[in-house]
Amino acid sequence: MLLGPALGLSAILFSLGVAGVLLRRNAIILFMCVELMLNAVNLTFVALAQLYGSSGYIMVFFVMTVAAAEAAVGLAIILAIFRHKRSVDLQNINLLRG
Amino acid sequence: MTHAIFYVFAAIAVVSATLCILQRNPVSAALWLVSTMFSLAAIYVLLDAQFIAAIQVLVYAGAVMVLFLFVIMLLNLGRASSDFRGPSSVAATIVIVGLLVIELTALWRYTPRRLASEIAQAPAFADPASVFAAGPLAQQEAAARGVVGAIAAPLFQVYLVPFEITSILLLAAIVGAVVLAKRKV
Repeated sequence: MLLGPALGLSAILFSLGVAGVLLRRNAIILFMCVELMLNAVNLTFVALAQLYGSSGYIMVFFVMTVAAAEAAVGLAIILAIFRHKRSVDLQNINLLRG
Repeated sequence: MTHAIFYVFAAIAVVSATLCILQRNPVSAALWLVSTMFSLAAIYVLLDAQFIAAIQVLVYAGAVMVLFLFVIMLLNLGRASSDFRGPSSVAATIVIVGLLVIELTALWRYTPRRLASEIAQAPAFADPASVFAAGPLAQQEAAARGVVGAIAAPLFQVYLVPFEITSILLLAAIVGAVVLAKRKV
């Protein structure tokens, strides 16, 4: 059974997603890193569902739905910001900074 | 054999994810992310989750990433200049991610036996004998009802209300995306 290695892989992928969010300024790549983190969490659910039964698979289902909704709304927001600012660089998006 | 295949796909996933966060060009970053998602789908098959693997390819590698590529090409971001943060941010990233990796890779030592004993010691979670009846539960359920049936039966019985709420969430997301992306409200 691949419980430990799968949990370890999901840990590495999650950390890579966090690193991407902290390192980049491009809003679209930031979104991709969030998707990467969600995928890592899904891997944890699947690995533990081996033992606990199908409830973990159903959680993966819901996570995927939320991720799809989040991607649709987030990309629409990025589109609206791009129309406004002609850029998706987070350096130029600082309206809420005090 | 399964372990060897798992490690091959795990290596592909980690290398692709690393390249994804380091690519300057958003299109290549998106394609590396697709590669990560495909190898994750292969890992799901190795973990006895064939249906989830199919959904992963269809929804993530298919629909979500096509949406990303559409937006990248719509905004014409193909040749972006470097968008990496400065050295102080890089140092902070290394510290934070290093701590996170150390914390999370403690999970690597988890075996089903250790997990079972920890859950058995936890107060009033569930009867461990029922949770770990005899070996992997998912395989038993798949053998009893088929791979898809083992997911569909609880989804439409126990989790029916969350499932219906998901449809409301998707409706809200559709309306929100249309309103946000429209030129004039």
